Order: sequence, then structure tokens, then C-alpha cells
Amino acid sequence: MANSTIALSVVFVILAISTFVAFWAGRKVKMDLEQWSVAGRGFGVLFVWLLMAGEIYTTFAFLGASGWAYSRGGPALYIITYLTLAYAVSFFILPQLWDFGKKHGIQTQSDFFQARYGSKYLAAAVALIGIIFIIPYLQLQLTGLGIIMEATSYGGIDKASAMFIAFGLVAAFVFTSGIRAIAWVGVIKDVLLLGAAVFLGIALPYIYFGGISEMFTQLATVKFTHLTLPGSTTNMGYGWYVTTVILTSLGFYMWPHQVPSAMTAKSGDTLRRNACFMPLYSISMPLIFFVGFTALLVVPGLPNGDMALLTLVRQTFPPWFLGLIGAAGALTAMLPAAALLQTSAMLFAKNFYRPVFSPEMSDDSLVKMSKVVVVILTVISLYLALYSTVSLVALLLLGYSGVTQFFPGIVLGLYWKRMNLVSTAVGIAVGEIIVAYLVLNKMDPFMGLNAGFVALAANFIVTVVLASVTSPGTAEAKGSGSQ
Amino acid sequence: MANLPSLGAVCWASVPFIAMCFTVPLWDRVYPLVCGMPFNMFWLVSWILITPLFMWQAYRIETAHIKAQEKEGKPNG
Repeated sequence: MANSTIALSVVFVILAISTFVAFWAGRKVKMDLEQWSVAGRGFGVLFVWLLMAGEIYTTFAFLGASGWAYSRGGPALYIITYLTLAYAVSFFILPQLWDFGKKHGIQTQSDFFQARYGSKYLAAAVALIGIIFIIPYLQLQLTGLGIIMEATSYGGIDKASAMFIAFGLVAAFVFTSGIRAIAWVGVIKDVLLLGAAVFLGIALPYIYFGGISEMFTQLATVKFTHLTLPGSTTNMGYGWYVTTVILTSLGFYMWPHQVPSAMTAKSGDTLRRNACFMPLYSISMPLIFFVGFTALLVVPGLPNGDMALLTLVRQTFPPWFLGLIGAAGALTAMLPAAALLQTSAMLFAKNFYRPVFSPEMSDDSLVKMSKVVVVILTVISLYLALYSTVSLVALLLLGYSGVTQFFPGIVLGLYWKRMNLVSTAVGIAVGEIIVAYLVLNKMDPFMGLNAGFVALAANFIVTVVLASVTSPGTAEAKGSGSQ
Repeated sequence: MANLPSLGAVCWASVPFIAMCFTVPLWDRVYPLVCGMPFNMFWLVSWILITPLFMWQAYRIETAHIKAQEKEGKPNG
């Protein structure tokens, strides 16, 4: 049998099993809106952990992080830091958001803006902005899938067809079983990914250098500056590190798809407890970095750093093993993609289309419409993934710059009575305009700082000033009233 | 509105922030290699392990704080 046949068969067998699990998970629950989106708010600590942790283990963590360790070096360290700190931040946001969400029946992030600030137009705008910045994240997953298929087929399947096949599967399990499927298949994915990270992170340095220590000793001799900031870049120094960590750790739970996952929890306390232990989940990241660093010494000069992990695995192990790693990678792309697609479809149908254009729409037709949106968004991101060459980490950072602009509106909105429609709307608008300007003019990093952070700082100042000088009246009445 | 978190919880939770983020110029170096890793990576890995301890302290303080507030009749939310 050809190498590619073996590797691909392994990938597809594992994906088939996962799809089966997904259908099974959704089989006996009647899928109304509440079930499809937040699983009836009945998940305990373990399941919420799986769901939330599962969503961070994306193809970004797998291929992107090793890719940045390979191509940039030091700056990649921000990934370890922000994942750990994001959970510490969530301790002060998610339980409060859960309480508010329970009281007001919130299913999406946009619902929060509706309930807190009492404007369907603000909610609709937030929904659209969320979808816009989810697209690069989706594109990231697709690009990752393309890389995986290309590597596991030994170049035999072209990227486009591979992406179509895999995304067909994703759309299928989003359709049938909603958020439960994502949680269950997440178990398979997390086991595979953790296993892969631990094994590869230890085995690869061992095989080529005799151990992690020997690998780093050699790297420190050959490429000393690669290991600290700014690594192999010129503009990612301390200022960039600090501002990027702040932006991304504050922004982590500003992703619209994180809100429904948090709402599946049984109580706010579940989330508070989770926040204490979730930092441990990022322990796999250094191991993935080891792979990237080993690749830098063994297979230097790859045009695309995101290929580093798979190239090294393909060169070192037999085809069936490449298939196993490929399958783990494919799941880390498909599951987050499923969550992202489901969230953006809900946002579009529930928070944008229905309130603005068709208030009488029933919940059933809303779910139907969401499914159409899933298909449309898949096609858009497929198109982008096929025609762009941006690195996986760069795509994620773009998304973060956009979604973190919701931070003042959500967090100050939870804690501060004076927050109102005007301060929030203007703050978000200012933030997004600065992000668009800096990113489109390729001014990121801006004066050594992360562009999204610069926008967030301006947004924050504008929000606080406006909230202090305007009347809190309407917002408070809507915010604390029943919906 | 949510009640503000207790000062104690905020203090405990901010320690990992200081250690992993703001102090980067102090620990961003290659040598000494510790446990086979460059010093900066060793530092961050240690803090992944230490952070839950600090968060658990924050959790204990915060839950006590919430209970106290409920007694005073200031329900959260």
C-alpha cells in the first residue's frame, strides 16, 4: 500500500468514528433552540471543562504554535502566557456573566448587549462585528486542515478537495447535533491532541538530539537570539509581548463562541472553579514548542512555518503514525470550526436578521435559517483559505484585535451602573475603526505595541469618559429589568 | 449589577499577571538552562503550575466574600 493510502485511511477512520459519536450524542434529545445552543444549561464541571478547554485546542495551538516557535522563536512564548492568564481573567468575568445570562435568558454574546443596553441595533451590530472577526478564525482552521491533508496524502490530494471533504463533515455534525456533539467529540480530540503533544514533544528531541536539554543546548549555540524576544523578528520586543498578552488574555472570553459554552454550565460557581484549574491545560503548549524548535534544527528553511510539525513527523515516523497525528490535527481544526460556525449562524439569524428584518420569525425557522448561514459562512472562509497566505498565528491575532473591543462593553457593563448605550456603542466603534485602520495599513505592531491593544486602550478611555458624563438612565432600567 | 470582586481575590489573581507578563525583561534570557529548557521557558512553565495555587486562594477568598454579602442581603446579579 502506498504511504499516502495508509496515512489517509487512518485519518478518515478516526474522523468517521468522531462523526458517529457526534450523531450519537444528538440522537435522543429534541433539538429546540435552547438545546441546540446551550444544551439546556445542564453541564457540570467535567463537561464544561471539556467543552471550554476543547475550544482552545484548535489547529492554532497545534500547527500555529509550533509554526511560530519554528519561524519566530521568542515571540511565540506569548502563547503560553496568554492561555494561562486568560483563565485567571475569566474568574472575574464568566461567573458574573453566567448570573446575568441566567436571569435574562442569554444564549449568545449579542443577547447580552440586547439585555444590558436595551438596543436591538447595538446587539445586531455586535453580532455582525463578531461574525466578521470569526471569519479569520474559521479561515485559520481551514488553512490548517488543508495543510494536514496535503501532508498526510504526501501531496496526493490537492488542498481544495481536502478542505471540501473535511468541511462537509463539520457542517454535517453542526446540523444534526449542535453543542452536545461538539462536547462529546471534544473528548476524542483532546485525548489525541494531548497524547500527540506529550509524545512528540519528548520523542522528537530525543530521537534527533538525545533529549530536550541537548536540543536546546544546540539551538542556543546555533541560533542564540531565536530563543528570546524579539526572536527572528525585528519588531516583536517586550512592548509587543506585554501588549499582546494583555489584548489576548482579556480578549479570550470576548470571542462570541465562548459565551454559549460558558452558558452550558450548571452554575456560576462551576465556572469560577474551572477558572482555577484551567491554566493547567496550557501545559501542553511548551511541548508543542519543543517540536517547533526541533524542526528548526532538523528541517530548516521551510517556506511556511505552519508546515514544520507535520514535515518533521512525516520524515521521522511511519505513515500510519502520520495518519494518527493528522487525525488529531484535523479534529483540532474541525471541532472549533464547528463551534465557530454554529455561533456565527446563531448570531446572524437570532441577533441580526430576526430582530432587524423579521420580528415574527419562529424559533424553528430561526434554527433552519442558521443552518443555511452555516453553509454560506463555510463557503466564504473556504474561499479565503484558498487564496490567502497569512500565517495561522497572524490570523488569530487579527481576530483578537477585533473581538477584544467588546471587553469594555461587556465587563464594565457587568460591574458598573453608569455604563450605557452611548458609551458602549461609541467605544466599540472607536476601537474597531482604529483596528481596521492600523491593520489595513499594515501598521501592526504600531510603535512596538500590538495594534489591537492600542485600539482597546482608546476604546476603554472613550467608554469610561462617556459613561461618566452621560446619564445612566435607560441602560440601568433595561439592564436590571426583567426581559 | 454584579457586586465587585473582593480586593483579596484580585490581588492573588494579579500575581501570575505580574510574573508572566509585566516582568518579562527580568526573565527573558536563555541561560541558565533549567530542566533542559531556556530560562524564559522554564519560568513560564513553572508559572503554569503555580497559577492554579494562586487562583485557588482567590477562589477561597471570593466565595467567602460572596457568602458574607449574601448574609448582608446583597444578592449577586
